[in-house]
Amino acid sequence: MSDLPLIQADRAVPPPAATTSTGGRGRRLRLLSRTDRVVVTLMVLVPLLLVVGLVWLPSVATVLLSGTNWDGIGPLSEIDWVGLKNYDDVVNNYPPFVPAVQNNLLWLGALFVVATPFGMFLAVLLDKEMRGSRFYQTALYLPVVLSLALIGFVWQLIYSRDQGLLNAALGTQTDWYGDADVNIWAVLFAAGWRHVGYIMLLYLAGLKGVDPSLREAAAVDGSSEVNTFFRVVFPVMRPINIIVLVVTVIESLRAFDLVWVINKGRNGLELISALVTTNVVGEASRIGFGSALATIMLVISLVFITLYLTTVMREDRR
Amino acid sequence: MSRPRSQAEYLARLVPPSVAGLNRRSLLAGAAGTGALLGTGLLAGCGDSGSGSGSDSKTVSVGSNQSDPKPKDVIAKVMAGFQTASGIQPAVNTVDHNTFQENINNYLQGKPDDVFMWFAGYRMRFFAAKGLAGDVSDVWGKLSGYSDAFKKASTGDDGKQYFVPASYYPWAVFYRKSVWQQRGYQVPKTLDELNILGAQMKKDGLNPIAFADKDGWPAMGTFDILNLRINGYQFHIDLMAGKEAWTSDKVKKVFDAWAGLLPLHQPDALGRTWQEAAQSLQQKKSGMYLLGLFVAQQFNNDEQDDLDFFTFPEIDSTIGAKALDAPIDGYMMARKPKSEANAKKLLEYVGSKDAANITVKNDPSTLVANTGADTSGYTALQKKAADLVGSATEIAQFLDRDTRPDFASTVIIPALQQFIKNPKDIGGLLTSIENQKKSIFTD
Repeated sequence: MSDLPLIQADRAVPPPAATTSTGGRGRRLRLLSRTDRVVVTLMVLVPLLLVVGLVWLPSVATVLLSGTNWDGIGPLSEIDWVGLKNYDDVVNNYPPFVPAVQNNLLWLGALFVVATPFGMFLAVLLDKEMRGSRFYQTALYLPVVLSLALIGFVWQLIYSRDQGLLNAALGTQTDWYGDADVNIWAVLFAAGWRHVGYIMLLYLAGLKGVDPSLREAAAVDGSSEVNTFFRVVFPVMRPINIIVLVVTVIESLRAFDLVWVINKGRNGLELISALVTTNVVGEASRIGFGSALATIMLVISLVFITLYLTTVMREDRR
Repeated sequence: MSRPRSQAEYLARLVPPSVAGLNRRSLLAGAAGTGALLGTGLLAGCGDSGSGSGSDSKTVSVGSNQSDPKPKDVIAKVMAGFQTASGIQPAVNTVDHNTFQENINNYLQGKPDDVFMWFAGYRMRFFAAKGLAGDVSDVWGKLSGYSDAFKKASTGDDGKQYFVPASYYPWAVFYRKSVWQQRGYQVPKTLDELNILGAQMKKDGLNPIAFADKDGWPAMGTFDILNLRINGYQFHIDLMAGKEAWTSDKVKKVFDAWAGLLPLHQPDALGRTWQEAAQSLQQKKSGMYLLGLFVAQQFNNDEQDDLDFFTFPEIDSTIGAKALDAPIDGYMMARKPKSEANAKKLLEYVGSKDAANITVKNDPSTLVANTGADTSGYTALQKKAADLVGSATEIAQFLDRDTRPDFASTVIIPALQQFIKNPKDIGGLLTSIENQKKSIFTD
């Protein structure tokens, strides 16, 4: 596209005709009237302002604030610059930080290794048009429709130590939400329960779009079901695979609601996002310190975003 | 952090306590957290509308955090009483309790209502010192019926008053009379007696002390009372203000005593809500429970008479057992009210015994701060609670109101949960608290 300028600057006004053709390639190039240019300018400016105002400015402000000890009280002129002290405190003087990083990675690992493949597996099964597949589809997708706060409630009823379903059924006394060695797995199960449905639906939609003749051709060539999936269907689904991957990463980075509903991300359920909220939002107002945590989270996210963008761009270039 | 007050929460009883626990604290806070921007906007909106109408000399705006139906209704009646008495029109802006608290910084720095509701304690004094609250010393000149302890709790660091108390509730050890009579238990007067009683309860198949700390704040009550009993009120307040070292032997003694008592506490406290712990007391599975008066919410109406309490027993005879946690709710004035005269008139009224009488009459589960009020409508439990607080030499406000909120929520809650998880490494824990304290108490 870059070799064909959309707007042929001044030469275009006033346009002798609405369109003109360039050479023998048959491409049509629109020459813009004044109104068109205003519209285009607006269409560029408005999103630009939104992105700058809602994404870039807050991000830069967060990074800047992370170098201060602002407590949210008083004018901006009273903010003291403390350099990297907040980062030093986060790493060396804030016990919940290390568990939070570990839990975030564990979250990513569990969704990536267990929940996502399982969701894809279910999608493949449902794609077989078995009896009652609509029912299974709905049942599996239902958790995604529920808000995470509600999922927190539902699982609280199951996991409660004294009054919960699970302990009553098993006759155990396990403290599912309170025992720091157990609760992250209990929560991951609940989060996975939801994630599986999400991935299942995404993948199912993708599978429906695969050209059936590919499978028929593979079958005619004598390929087994498993081979057909891995050698033919899976590669064809590459765009969907990337989306599923990205969704998994996003879900694990933004994991927050469930642990917040359970115990505000404490006692074994620390997540960076929950720590940011504890520090910044609310009465605590450790804005500087919380911003340092948020910046660390931003950097971690950037790693994944960069990986994703390089993959996608490489894809485009081909 | 709103502690549920003793006002009847009928809705809360309709859902299982495990869920009710979430509902009350976590969910609201979560909603407030995720919708922080929205909340700020709401508060700012309230402030604007309030101050707008406040420009008229016949109105005064009030920011209320009493968002539960029952207290909200009581506030409306008190305000109606004020209007009748003074002819000034009060405009009440009610904001969800947790949201109000979460946004208090923005609220006070924006355009707050002329008068707003808050709690006594460190935070109140902090706002006063930052110039975010108005001096109401002259209102106190016209108030009567308050004990010195209440006046002390309303006084800022500069010796002036910034707060008018309205209601309060004490923290004590609650138990069921029927259980204790049946087993012949006696109220313990010392720590040793408490230990012996606990051992006996264990033998009888009870959890001696019900315990829950899933939400992080209930364990603060245990720390408070042990520190008050072992080191006294002044040390507690200085420790909360960041003036004393957490690594000192005095603090270590508190945790040692707590570690000694932990085997008597209900196990696995970190996964339990206070409602569930209170129900174990209600179901006669636990012998006693250290909590605020609001524990009564978890008891049926016909069981209210069976509920009794004693103040936590003495540990050091030179310190005694006269201090306790009794959080006080009340009113403060904005730094620049639209009409200072009207705001002060309102404060005078809400601090009067007329206002207290309206509260007693309409909400039989509240303890009013004004001793001049007609408290003949109190239940036996309320009367006893009022007597207990009346005889207290010093009143602490609960840990998260006696110290910086950032210190309480980001340092103390995880630290106490860590202690409950692993009571052995007290030294390491206290060093960690002290290091974090130093990075927070910088000014």
